Amino acid sequence: MKAQHKWLPWLFLTPALIVALTFTIGPFLNTIVLSFTDATTLGGGAFNGVENYIDLAQSPQFWISTRNTMLYVIVVVPLLMILPLLLAVLVERNIPGIGFFRSVFYSPVVASMVVVGLIWTWLLSSDGAVNRLLEALHVIQEPLPFLTDTTLLLLSCMMITVWKGLGYYMVIYLAALGNVSKELHEAAQVDGAGAGRRFWSITMPGVLPTMLLVGLLGSIAAMKVFAEIFVISSGTAGPGGQARSLVYTIREVGLGLSGEIGYASAMSLALFVLTIGFSILYLRSQRTDQLR
Amino acid sequence: MSTTLSRPISARTTGHTVRRRGANKRKTVEYTIRYALLAFVFVLLVGPFIWQFGTSIKGSSESIYTANPFPESPTLANYGMVADTIPVFRYLGNSLVVASSSAILNCVLASLAGYVLARMRFRGRTFVDLVFLATIIIPFEVIMVSVFLTSRSLGLVDSLLGVILPTAVTGLSILIMRTAFMALPREIEEAAMIDGASDWQRFIRVALPSVQGSLVVVAIFAFVFAWDDFLWPLVILKDPGNYTLTVGIQYLSGTFTSNQRVVAAGTMIAVIPLLVLFFSLQRWFFRGVGEGGLKG
Repeated sequence: MKAQHKWLPWLFLTPALIVALTFTIGPFLNTIVLSFTDATTLGGGAFNGVENYIDLAQSPQFWISTRNTMLYVIVVVPLLMILPLLLAVLVERNIPGIGFFRSVFYSPVVASMVVVGLIWTWLLSSDGAVNRLLEALHVIQEPLPFLTDTTLLLLSCMMITVWKGLGYYMVIYLAALGNVSKELHEAAQVDGAGAGRRFWSITMPGVLPTMLLVGLLGSIAAMKVFAEIFVISSGTAGPGGQARSLVYTIREVGLGLSGEIGYASAMSLALFVLTIGFSILYLRSQRTDQLR
Repeated sequence: MSTTLSRPISARTTGHTVRRRGANKRKTVEYTIRYALLAFVFVLLVGPFIWQFGTSIKGSSESIYTANPFPESPTLANYGMVADTIPVFRYLGNSLVVASSSAILNCVLASLAGYVLARMRFRGRTFVDLVFLATIIIPFEVIMVSVFLTSRSLGLVDSLLGVILPTAVTGLSILIMRTAFMALPREIEEAAMIDGASDWQRFIRVALPSVQGSLVVVAIFAFVFAWDDFLWPLVILKDPGNYTLTVGIQYLSGTFTSNQRVVAAGTMIAVIPLLVLFFSLQRWFFRGVGEGGLKG
């Protein structure tokens, strides 16, 4: 369809383009430029070559952040690929009341991470419900320091991320399960295949593309982890800030009164490269999938 | 709850033939297992909210460490204490302004842009596609520091407008609207064109009313995202008077770490409006997950 006026498409596009250029494209290019300067929040901005990147490579803070972020991906993503699928299989069958369960299982997704983080801060505190429960079951003698020990703090954050994400990926899987052949299931059942066998041989291959998509979405989300850590550690990232993530550190060093913007920009680009890396990995897996 | 739900199942077990009875028995076992698992997941996923709600209505004389999540004499006193400690109604208003503005702006900007991308031919198309694709690919966290600098030079620091503008339109909203317009049959619009309707009339009278569903999805996603967002408001808002609810509630927990009841009441104030929104419009939430599979 041809527009009546040449300028009309641009008239329609301008508001969205202004927002995209001002708040995404411009800042992105600026981030690249700034990463080669010594800019701070107060000013400056002289070109200093790859100094920021050298600083980055030598900064223990950066490596702790990267390690934690990668650990996050490694632990959280497989759980987010498997658990919501099992949940989707559980709520797929239309039995009485299932609509209610599907809805309420989604409620953690709707809640803000701050709310979720504060709820779990209370549940995981030394005299909170989780420790009380474990004590009552005689699993532990002393309360576990979920919020004050670096490793436990990180594990708690991962658990919270998975807990909040279950419903979201469950809905994605539900759509995919609808496309898995019912006939195949019935035929296999007639042939005497049990539920576990059918899940492994029919359901899993049927939802594999969706699993990869969930893996990608989960990795990107996990790489951006911030609010969980900030909220449940009350803004400290654990003892000595050892539980920090990349976004946590970027915000800490880049913003604030004496923010080292050049250095933070270099770190931001490192995060970008990691994120894009996972996307490329995903696209590769898609292509081999089609070739097969 | 499980007793009422299982009634139709037990009624069905009175089959006549032996074979049917065997099948029904297996079915009863299967249903029992399913409901048991559902109940277990319910406790896991909804239990924490219930626990938090219980804590929020416990008076200072009642222990919050007992196994019973609910108090003997519920009280709203903790909610009053939230209002005494932080300007919670102001924060609620701020969150409402930010989330509604983001929803409206996303609907307007994304449907304008999405319509052009779906229907019009023009020079510079590749450039526009690339720009919008980039907004989907580049995570906000990566450019956050620079967006702050841009906002500062525009005088947006510490203002609600500064919270709103960077999320005024997302690549995802544009993608959803473009897909919706592309799914419309061209014939109707062509007929309108022959009848002498201008481009603008075609867009506003013919195309837009046909994609209401997608508009609702875009509005809901933008609203919930803006309401729940924490990182950007935390960065751009300095004065505690300007906080949105998420930042304000986090601030509250800092001032009141010892009083779990008050913090619990604060989180309830932040989450209840959204849960109400979700349960009344849940069909659209689920449709949104389907259409916007590529979130974030």
